[in-house]
Amino acid sequence: MQSMSLATQARLWYWQRMSATVLALCVFVHLGIIIYAVHSGLSASAILGRTHGNLLFGAFYTVFVIACAVHVPIGLLRVAQEWLHWRGRSAVSASFAISAGLTLMGLRAVYGVVL
Amino acid sequence: MNTEKLRVKVWRSGAKGLVTYDVPRHESQTVLDVVTFIQRQMQPDLAYRFACRVGMCGSCAMNVNGKARWTCRTHVSKVAINNELEVAPLSNLPVIKDLVTDMSAFFEKWSRAKGQFSGSRTRHEDFAKVSPESAQRKAADAGIECIGCGVCYSSCDVVTWRPDYLGPAALNRAWTLVNDERDMQRIERLRAVAGDAGCHSCHTQATCTERCPKHLSPTAGIAGLKRMTMKAALEGDL
Repeated sequence: MQSMSLATQARLWYWQRMSATVLALCVFVHLGIIIYAVHSGLSASAILGRTHGNLLFGAFYTVFVIACAVHVPIGLLRVAQEWLHWRGRSAVSASFAISAGLTLMGLRAVYGVVL
Repeated sequence: MNTEKLRVKVWRSGAKGLVTYDVPRHESQTVLDVVTFIQRQMQPDLAYRFACRVGMCGSCAMNVNGKARWTCRTHVSKVAINNELEVAPLSNLPVIKDLVTDMSAFFEKWSRAKGQFSGSRTRHEDFAKVSPESAQRKAADAGIECIGCGVCYSSCDVVTWRPDYLGPAALNRAWTLVNDERDMQRIERLRAVAGDAGCHSCHTQATCTERCPKHLSPTAGIAGLKRMTMKAALEGDL
């Protein structure tokens, strides 16, 4: 991450930490939802019947997706540095691309299930 | 007469590997006693480093059965497995000969982390009065007893992965100084320890803390530096 200023690196650490806190909560709720969801059938129609139009469900998973999109690329950047010795602008760009991909795919899934 | 033997495998530069010695086993024997016996009685050209023999100087650290330890305070009875020991030089440092490593990089990193105290008073002024009860002083005191043995540095996987990482000891030193209210170089030091070769590279695996013979917690100090650099970044000081 030599292409980044010290302040940016400190902020990235902060955002990774904050997103990790959100993810920890989200995972617990998500597990609860899974257990609840399998109680009355796992067919697509049964699940969609419960999720369609449920804005609370949509809001929760939107937060979950955004927290992933913040958390994952910062960690991947570190992995790229330490395991692959891949640093600099190209590694940062690749991380941004993965973040954008996660956001798009995640929000699309939320849209598909809720609306 | 005690005939019990200890089978000791010692890393030798000449052999480029482990050489086995049978050493008489004694009660209350330390690993340093064992290495000293080998050098004095069996292998006079065995190179190793020690000075105080009482856990103060930090010069006798070696890898014993795969873990970095201070050998003068490590009893054989605690670490030998089936009366066998394996003694090797510290990891993450270049070996000069046998059990002696070149610790220049280790101490240069203390320097890079601005590990020097920088006060404002002269000898002609009165002593600074620092409350031992203040939160800052307590944080500094928690890490101040480092003896610079290199056990944490040798045990740190992040140092292995990226050799420019400052490492636990240098960062612990910086943490004690940023908590020293007499010190004048706080912001410069935070700049020196921030970033990917500094505190932000720590994975919080805490092997340094687990192995520190003085039971310090460089992990806690590094976490503190992360918080402090974040605050400095928010305030525009970084």
